[in-house]
Amino acid sequence: MSSGLERTRPVETTEDDLEALLGDRALARDDHLNAPGFVIRPDDVQDVLSDLRDEAGFDHLSCLTAQQYEDRYESIYHMKKYADPTQEVSIVVPTTTDDPVSESAAPVFRTADWHEREAFDLVGIDYEGHPDPRRILLPETWQGHPLSLDYDQEKPQLVTLSEHANPIQPDHHDAESDTMFLNIGPHHPATHGVLHVKTVLDGETVVDVDPDVGYLHRCEEQMCQQGTYRHQIMPYPDRWDYVSAGLLNEWAYARAAEDLADIEVPEYAQIIRTMGAELCRIASHMLALGTFCLDVYGDFTAVFQYAFRDREVVQDILEDLTGQRLMFNYFRLGGVAWDLPEPREEFIAKTRDFLDELPAKVDEYNDMVTSNEIFQVRCIDTGVLEPEVAKDYGCTGPVARGSGVDYDIRRDDPYGYYSELDWDVITDDGCDNYSRVLCRMREVEESAKIIEQCLDLLEDWPEDEREIQANVPRTLKPDADTEVYRAVEGAKGELGIYIRSDGTDKPGRFKIRSPCYHNLSALGEMTQGEYIPDLIASLGSLDIVLGEVDR
Amino acid sequence: MSSDNPRQSIYDSTAPSTDTRDSRIGEGPDDRFNSKLREAFGSTPFILTKFDKFMNWVRGNSMFMLQFGIACCSIEMIHTYAIKHDLDRFGAGVPRASPRQADVMIVPGTIVSKFGPRMKRVYDQMPEPKFVVGMGSCTISGGPFQEGYNVVKGAEEIIPIDIHVPGCPPRPEALVYGVAKLQERIRNGESSPVVVKPYELEQFGDLEKDELVQKLASEIDEDDLVMRYNWADSP
Ligand code: SF4
Repeated sequence: MSSGLERTRPVETTEDDLEALLGDRALARDDHLNAPGFVIRPDDVQDVLSDLRDEAGFDHLSCLTAQQYEDRYESIYHMKKYADPTQEVSIVVPTTTDDPVSESAAPVFRTADWHEREAFDLVGIDYEGHPDPRRILLPETWQGHPLSLDYDQEKPQLVTLSEHANPIQPDHHDAESDTMFLNIGPHHPATHGVLHVKTVLDGETVVDVDPDVGYLHRCEEQMCQQGTYRHQIMPYPDRWDYVSAGLLNEWAYARAAEDLADIEVPEYAQIIRTMGAELCRIASHMLALGTFCLDVYGDFTAVFQYAFRDREVVQDILEDLTGQRLMFNYFRLGGVAWDLPEPREEFIAKTRDFLDELPAKVDEYNDMVTSNEIFQVRCIDTGVLEPEVAKDYGCTGPVARGSGVDYDIRRDDPYGYYSELDWDVITDDGCDNYSRVLCRMREVEESAKIIEQCLDLLEDWPEDEREIQANVPRTLKPDADTEVYRAVEGAKGELGIYIRSDGTDKPGRFKIRSPCYHNLSALGEMTQGEYIPDLIASLGSLDIVLGEVDR
Repeated sequence: MSSDNPRQSIYDSTAPSTDTRDSRIGEGPDDRFNSKLREAFGSTPFILTKFDKFMNWVRGNSMFMLQFGIACCSIEMIHTYAIKHDLDRFGAGVPRASPRQADVMIVPGTIVSKFGPRMKRVYDQMPEPKFVVGMGSCTISGGPFQEGYNVVKGAEEIIPIDIHVPGCPPRPEALVYGVAKLQERIRNGESSPVVVKPYELEQFGDLEKDELVQKLASEIDEDDLVMRYNWADSP
């Protein structure tokens, strides 16, 4: 329908092409529901991955799933193309249980750095040649790897407080120069939660940044592995990205699990989902804007409060729809929990009112924020993230789109009702803090367009065809060893979920690919050589939420 | 002028200050400040009360909150501070970024092993008297993440908590109610008893030399502060 929704896709790499490219490096096939899978030797990783990127165009290392089976460890690299995310391939790297060593992919994709640190931390696979093989989510002194099979949760653990060593002491980062080491966080108002940024300063210039995450690692993957597919997992996604992006996250799980169990979602439910999800996106971007202004010019009074005023309106609408202000738990596998609230007309009118007022509010924000000279001076040309670097770090969402990477899963790998509606993907090639903010603000307007169209559809939908849920059995037991990796466009970017079923009603492995985690990993690159206040601005413009970074 | 000579000016005349005082007190109560208290006490500038009681009243009505966001509950906490719910109406709405300026800490979220020692540290940095509101199920028991390998089963394992606000997340109204309850308690001079918590910060050298401590002996300095989690004894 719309011009924005069609994109030119690169030539498809067929399975034959892949087979030819990999040759005898592919030991076997291990296909997943979403993509062809190839098993390779643990010392071929760099070779295969760089060939796939350079020869076949798979330039997006979307996710790395590590898991332990009875007889082996396995790392699965899920690769995609930024130009066309429906073209996927999984590279499966098995290693033995007694010596789980596999070659690191970090020299090929920089995003693999954090992926592999996490895999080492939680599952216990060693990556040979990794530049920085430390734990990332759990404390350095942790014993054991919690997602490995023989982990004993009852064992005591020790956690140190040594990072808070006296900052005036000679710093150990560099004996030669007179740099200064500065801790930002974990309790600091500008880190949006509990993030710890270890910074090395030379005068006022940032020389090195090491984000230390894991202060909110709530074992989400373990929790999801303990829950049954049908009802027990759905409440958790709400708590990953808790900035009102609940429905977007729920959709990630719903999409993966529905593909796994082969469930068709009725069209009517898809429209409700689409509308709810976009409302969440608006709420989430509002918070991003408010807190960003708070970071950049300490504006606790005007913009911050305005943003919260508007969020309150959205939350009211969502509360009418789902019954909750923040943790919605509204999606069900195969649909949504209930229809629009009665009286329908009132709900629709209320939502319309909100949409009618939105343009004026956006203008107001533009007046106060984006056309404000001080704001522009602070944001333009700071925190620059070049598109190639963004891709290398696996950045997605407004962060990638603000760097001119035209990538939006809603359009490129369509789900829900998005492909039927008329809207545009926003990109901006400024690559700086300013363009990321602009992107978000304009996405709010696009979301409003989508909601508007959904409301029209919902209003006219014939009463006896309002099917809100497909017929889904009480207990779901997908066939053993089916594997699927599916992503949706969350508020912060590509939120992906990998599920492996083991024949029971609970997932054998549940892995979350969090957009914030990878967006944050680019922070060092963005802020090198800039001033400390620009570091804070860049961090704010990444719009991270620690619940999703740490999971 | 050397300091052991009294300042002459004090003895010269006392007229200006007496004048001011007289004119302030005036004849009978000043009806510009026509409060109930004024009527009750007449022109006397003193209100008789117990000093403690007065202090508690003041404390309860001017609480500086610590700006402290941990997890999902902090979003609702911000909403409680912001427009519409506006906690400031109850004399409790100034979020301070530094713990050294705060009286009340709202703990809005899940405490995990790595954050436990830091939260204890932040709490220790607040000046006495200090109060804590535990917001959400996570601070009561670990909430939805109770079974997690990394989750502390409630903030009360680490710091004393005065008021628990249940919910996941509690609505802003619930938090306002919790804060109002806390004010009531402060006014009545109550606070939670300070007892030794299961998880305390200790020096590594003071720990009992069990298997775990011996294993880590090469990595941790004797005088580093550590927190030891005995997951098996957790509720
Ligand atoms: S109680 Fe619920 S909403 Fe609050 S921090 Fe815990 S999980 Fe999040």
